[in-house]
Amino acid sequence: MRTRSAFDWVSLAASHAVLLVCTAVFVLPIAFMVVASFKPDDLVLREAGSWRALFPTEMSFQNYFNVFDRVNFGRFFVNSVLITGSIVVGGLLVNSMAAYAFSRMRWRGRDFCFGLVLALLILPFEAIAVPLFYQMIEFGWRNSYRVQIVPFIANAFSIYLFYSFFLQIPKEMEEAAAMDGAGAWRTFFTLIIPLAKPAFATVAILTFLMHWGNYLWPLMVVDHETYRPLPVAIAEFQTLPPIQWGDIMAFGVMMILPVLAVFLIFQKGFVRGVASSGIKS
Amino acid sequence: MKRISRSGSFDGLFFAAPAILGLFLFVAVPFGIAIVLSFTNLRMGSPLETRFVGWEQYLRVLGDEAFRRALFNNAVFALVVVPVQTALALGLALLLNRQLRGRVIFRTLFFMPVVFPMALVAVVWKLLLAPGSEGLVNGLLESLTLGAWTPRDFLRDPWLALPSIMVMSIWQGVGFQMVIMLAGRQGVPEQLYEAASVEGAGPWRQFLHVTLPQMKNTIFFVVVVTTILAFRLFDQVDILTKGGPRLATTTVMYETVRTTFAEARVARAAAMTVIFFLIVVVLAFLQRKLLREEREVS
Repeated sequence: MRTRSAFDWVSLAASHAVLLVCTAVFVLPIAFMVVASFKPDDLVLREAGSWRALFPTEMSFQNYFNVFDRVNFGRFFVNSVLITGSIVVGGLLVNSMAAYAFSRMRWRGRDFCFGLVLALLILPFEAIAVPLFYQMIEFGWRNSYRVQIVPFIANAFSIYLFYSFFLQIPKEMEEAAAMDGAGAWRTFFTLIIPLAKPAFATVAILTFLMHWGNYLWPLMVVDHETYRPLPVAIAEFQTLPPIQWGDIMAFGVMMILPVLAVFLIFQKGFVRGVASSGIKS
Repeated sequence: MKRISRSGSFDGLFFAAPAILGLFLFVAVPFGIAIVLSFTNLRMGSPLETRFVGWEQYLRVLGDEAFRRALFNNAVFALVVVPVQTALALGLALLLNRQLRGRVIFRTLFFMPVVFPMALVAVVWKLLLAPGSEGLVNGLLESLTLGAWTPRDFLRDPWLALPSIMVMSIWQGVGFQMVIMLAGRQGVPEQLYEAASVEGAGPWRQFLHVTLPQMKNTIFFVVVVTTILAFRLFDQVDILTKGGPRLATTTVMYETVRTTFAEARVARAAAMTVIFFLIVVVLAFLQRKLLREEREVS
C-alpha cells in the first residue's frame, strides 16, 4: 500500500511538472507578444533573444498610438466583426431552419437534398476557393462585404450539427403545439429555438472560430482597404515599411484582446462547442 | 390529413430553401465549374481560343516540379503533424482528466491559441524564430544547451523551414483536438477502469486495454480532421516563406493560389483544385473504411 501511494505521489508530481512545462510553451509566445507591444521598437529586437524579452523592461503605449497613426486599425476591426458577425447570425438562422426541415418536416425531395448536404460535409473550402473566386468576378462581387459573407452562410456542417440536435427533441412537444394550432413557423420560432439554445451556442462558437481567422479568401477577393479584415491587415502591416516590431505586436494584441475576453467569459461554451464537434462523428 | 401534409410539404421546402440555394450556388456550382474548366486550356488574358484539351492540364500539373514538391511537402507535414498532434492532444487530455488542482486553468491556457487567427500566429512566430540573437527561440535554445546551439535562420533554412511551420501549427491547433479528446475520454464509463484495476491492471495496461479501444472513434475523428487540415496548409506559408526556400515549404494550396494569381492559368488551377478534392475524398474514404473494419472486428 505504501509503495502504491508513493507511486501516486510521484505520478501526480510528474503530471504537474509536465503541465507546467506545457503551460510555458503555450503561454510564452503570447506573453512575448504582449510584452513586446509595450517596448520601444529598438529594445524589442535588442532583447528578443534573451529572457529579458519576456519582461517589460520599459513600458509605454507609444506602439499602440503608432498603429492608429499608420493604418486604419478601427476600420479593419469593424470589418472583421461585421463579416464574422453576419456569417454567424445568418448561418444560425438559415442552417437551423434547414436542419429543422430535414429532421422534422415531410416534403418532396427531402432525402435527396439531405443526401446532398451530407455529401458536401467533407468538402473543405479550399477545394472550391479558386472556382468560387472566378464565379465572384462574374457576379461583380470583388471588393465588397457580401463576397466575404454570403457564400459562407449556408454550411453543411452547421446543418448537420443542428440536425443531430433536433432529432433528440421529443416529438410529443411539437405534436402538442400542433394541437394548439401552431404552424411550422410558430413551432420553430417559439418552441424549437428556445429548446435548442445549446445547439445554437455551439454552432455560433464553431462558426466564429472557423471564420474569424479567414485569410485565404479575403486575400483573393479583396484588394481594397475598405473591406479588408484583420488577418489580411496584420499580414500587410508586418511588411509595411518601416518594419517596427513593437507596432506589429501592438496590432496583434489589439486584434486578439477582445476575442480573448469573449473566450474567457464564455470559455465553458467554447469548450463544450468544440467538444461536441467531435462526438457525433 | 391531406391538407396538413400538403402545407407541410410547402413549409419544408421553404425552410430548407435558403440553405440549399446557398450550398448549391456557392459550393456545388463552383465545384462543377472547376471540373469543367480543368479539361480546357482557359487562361486569363490569353489570345488563344478556349477549347477542350482532355487530361492535358492534369498531366501538366502532375508533371510540374513545384506541384510535386507541394504534394510531397503536404504529405510530410501530415505524416509528422498528425501523429504528433494527436498524441499530444491525447496526452494533454488524459492529464487534464485527472483530479489535479487547477485543471480548468490549464485547459483554458492550452486552448487559448485556438482563438488566435493563424495569420497572427505566423506573424508572432516570425519574430520568435528570427535569426541570431534577435530570436527568442534561438536565444532559449542557446541558454538551454549552455551555448552549444548555434543560432539558425529557421525560416530560410531548407531543412528547418517546414519543421518550423509544423511547430507553430501544432502550437495553434492542439488545444482544439485536446478538447475533443477530453470529451471522448469523459465518455468512457468509469466502471471499465474499476473492473480493470480489480483485475490488477496498472495504469499502462488500463491505457492500452480500456482507454485506447474505448476512444477509438474519437481518435480516428481527430486523425482525419488533422490530416485534412494538413492538406489545407496555406496561411503560414504565404506569410512566412512564400513557399521557399527553394520550394521547401510550398503546398498544394499555395501552388494553386499562385497559379491563379501570378500566372492567371485558370484551367490549370482548376485541375489543381480537383486533385486537392480527390485527396480529401480518398482520406475521408480511408477513414470510413478503417472505422468500419474496426467495428467488424470488435
